[in-house]
Amino acid sequence: MTAPRRHALAPALDLAALVADRDTRIIVCCGSGGVGKTTTSAALALAAAEAGRQVVVLTIDPARRLAQSLGLVELDNEPRVVETPGAPGELSAMMLDMKRTFDDVVSAHSTPERAEQIFANPFYQALSSSFAGTQEYMAMEKLGQLRASERWDLVIVDTPPSRSALDFLDAPNRMSRFLDGTMIRLLTAPARAGGRAGVRLVGAGFMLFSRIISKVLGGQLLNDISAFVSALDTMFGGFRERATATYELLRQPGTSFVVVAAPEPDALREASYFVDRLSSEGMPLAGLVINRTHPPATTALSATRAEAAAEAVAETGGKGAKLVAGALRVHAERMTVATREQRLADRFTSAHPEVRVRTVPAAAGDVHDLDGLRVMGEALLAHEDDTGTGTPRSRVLPARAQAV
Amino acid sequence: MTAAPGEQPPLRCHIVTGKGGTGKTTVAAALALSLAADGRHVLLVETEGRQGIAQLFDTPPLPYEERRVAVARGGGEVKALAIDVEAAFLEYLEMFYSLKRAGRALRKMGAVDFATAIAPGLRDVLLTGKIKEAVTRRREGRFVYDAVVVDAPPTGRITRFLNVTGEVAGLARSGPIKTQSDGVMAVLRSSATAVHLVTLLEDMPVQETADAIADLTAAGLPVGSVIVNMATEPLLPAASLSRTTEGRLTGADLLPALTAAGVHGAAEVADGLAAEAVEHAQRWVAQDALRGDVEALGRPVVELPLSSSPIDLGCLFELADRLEDHLQTGVAA
Repeated sequence: MTAPRRHALAPALDLAALVADRDTRIIVCCGSGGVGKTTTSAALALAAAEAGRQVVVLTIDPARRLAQSLGLVELDNEPRVVETPGAPGELSAMMLDMKRTFDDVVSAHSTPERAEQIFANPFYQALSSSFAGTQEYMAMEKLGQLRASERWDLVIVDTPPSRSALDFLDAPNRMSRFLDGTMIRLLTAPARAGGRAGVRLVGAGFMLFSRIISKVLGGQLLNDISAFVSALDTMFGGFRERATATYELLRQPGTSFVVVAAPEPDALREASYFVDRLSSEGMPLAGLVINRTHPPATTALSATRAEAAAEAVAETGGKGAKLVAGALRVHAERMTVATREQRLADRFTSAHPEVRVRTVPAAAGDVHDLDGLRVMGEALLAHEDDTGTGTPRSRVLPARAQAV
Repeated sequence: MTAAPGEQPPLRCHIVTGKGGTGKTTVAAALALSLAADGRHVLLVETEGRQGIAQLFDTPPLPYEERRVAVARGGGEVKALAIDVEAAFLEYLEMFYSLKRAGRALRKMGAVDFATAIAPGLRDVLLTGKIKEAVTRRREGRFVYDAVVVDAPPTGRITRFLNVTGEVAGLARSGPIKTQSDGVMAVLRSSATAVHLVTLLEDMPVQETADAIADLTAAGLPVGSVIVNMATEPLLPAASLSRTTEGRLTGADLLPALTAAGVHGAAEVADGLAAEAVEHAQRWVAQDALRGDVEALGRPVVELPLSSSPIDLGCLFELADRLEDHLQTGVAA
C-alpha cells in the first residue's frame, strides 16, 4: 500500500484586492471559448466601479441580452457609461467593432484621399473584416487607446473567442509581421517597380512562389494587394511599432492577466498552456478563475452514503419518501461532480503550484442583467472563507473531504 | 450509384457545429459511430487542429492520414482524419499543378502560411475542399465512405466556413480557387449534406443555434437536426418539482425521513440537502422551459443525456445508440 499522495493546496486568488489596488490599470481576461470570459470581465468591471474605480470594460462578442443590459445597443465603437446607481465609481462599456477600429487607424495615418482609396480596395475590405487575427490585433489597438486616455483608471479587456487563448498574444504580432513583411513587398515588387530587379535578388524559389500565388489566387488579387501596399506605404512600419508598443504594455507593472476556465479537461489544459506562456513572456498573472463549479451545500455526507441512504429511504416508504430519496440522489450526484471538478483543479495545481485560484459556482440560470453580474461579482470578490459551508472559495470541496 | 437526373442524392455528409462548450466533438464522434453500424464505412473529419478526436478515442495524435479509430457493429468502421491546412494546400498544388516538389520548397519558405494568410478564405476552401473530396471519392464505382461526419468550427463561424464561394468572391472572381469553391458549394448545398447544430438547454447556446439556423438558411445551406446535448433528468419526483422550485423545501421537511433511515448526522446535513434540491429543481425547470424554444426552431430534435463520468468509448457508443434511433425514426428530412 502506498501512502495517499498529498496535493499542494492552491493559493487563494484575491480579486477584491486586485480591483481595489489603484496601481492595477489593466486586467486582461483570457481563456478558451465558452468558459464565461465576457461575463467574468463584465462582473469584475461592475465590482470595480462599486469599489470606486473609473473603469471601462472592452467586450468582444457579448451575448445579446448581456449587451443590452450594459446599454450596448449602439455599435459606435465608443465606450458608453452604464447606469450603476449607488456605485462610488463609474462603469463604461464598449463592444469592439474591428472594421471600424481598423478604419480609424488608417484614417489617423493618411490623408483623406488616400484613406478613401484604401477603404475602396477589395483586399483591404477582406483584410479588415475577415483576416484571421484582425480581431485580436484590433482588440490590442483599442486597449492601447483606452489605456492612453486619462478618462479611466482601469481598463478590463475580454479577449476574442478564438480556438486558442494564445491567439490573443500571437495574432497581433503575426499580423503586423505580415503587413510590414518583406514577403508582401517582394511579392508586389514587380508591379511597383515595373521591373524584376528585386526578384532577381531573392532567386528562383521566390519566382516560383510568386508564380504559384498568382496561379492559385489569380492575378487580380495580386493587383489588389499591390494597390493596397502602395496606398498604405506611409503606414508600413507603423503597424509593427503599434503592435509592439501595446504588447509591451501587457508586460508593464499595472497589468494583470486573469485566466478563466471551466472545470473541464479541455479548458484547464488550455489555461495551463496560457499560464506557461505568460510566465515565459514575463507577463503578470493574477490567477485562475474556475468558473461554473458545483460545490455541494454540505460535504458531511459522501456520495456513496447518500446513495445508500436514498435506497433505505425509498424502501422504508411513507409520506414524502420519494422526495427525500430524490434529494439524497441530488446530493450524491453533486458530490460526484464536485469530486471530479476538484480532481481537475488539483491536477492543474500540481502542475502550477504557484498559481492563485478562485472558484465561481454555476448560477442556476444565465447571467444577463446587472443584478446577475453583481451576484457573480460577489462570488468573484468575496472573502476566501465566507461560504458558510466550510469550503474555501479556492476549492470545490474542502481538502479533508477529498478521501479517495 | 449515380443519382438519376432530378433525383435527390441521399444524405451522406454530416456537418456538426455548436457553440463552444456544447460538446460538438463528442456528438460528431457519436454520430460517426452510429452511422458506421451494420458494416458501414464512415470518415470522421477534424477541422480545427485540436486533436479532440484523438483524445476522445484515446489514440495518439492523428496525422494527416485516414486512420481507423473504432469498429462498429457488423464490421463497420470509423476512420478519422485531422485536416492539416498546410498539407491540404500541398495536396491541392499537386493535384492541380503537379507541383509536389515545389510544394516542399514552398513549405520551407513559410510560403504556405503566407498564402493561407493572404487570402482569408483560402484556408476554408482547402478544408471544405478536402471534405468534398472525401464525400465524392469513389473506388470501383462505389463511394469509399458511406458517410462523412465533420467536427466543424463553432456556430459563430459556421456559415462563413461553409459559404466558401461568398468568402472568396471578393478576392478571386475567377481562376482555379473560384472553380474549386464552386464545386465545393455544389456538394454543400445539395441534399447530400446536412448541418447539425449541437446545443445545451441554456439561453446563449439556444440563441446562437437560432441565429446560426437563420444564417445557414439565408446562405442556402441545408440545416439538419438540432441535437440537445447533456440533457438532465430531474432526480426529484415530478409532483414536488414546482414546490421545490419556489424554495418551499427546508431541512425540516427532510429530517424525519433521514433520521428514520438512520442517516448519520441527519440534522447537520438536512438543510444542505434541501438547498441542493431547490437548486436542482430550479435548474431543471429553467432548462425545461428552453425545450419549447428548441422545438420552435422547427427542426428534428434529439436529446443526448449528460454523462456523469468523463466521456470514454463506452459512453460514445451509448450516445451513438440514441442517435441511431433518431436517424431511423425522424430525420430523413
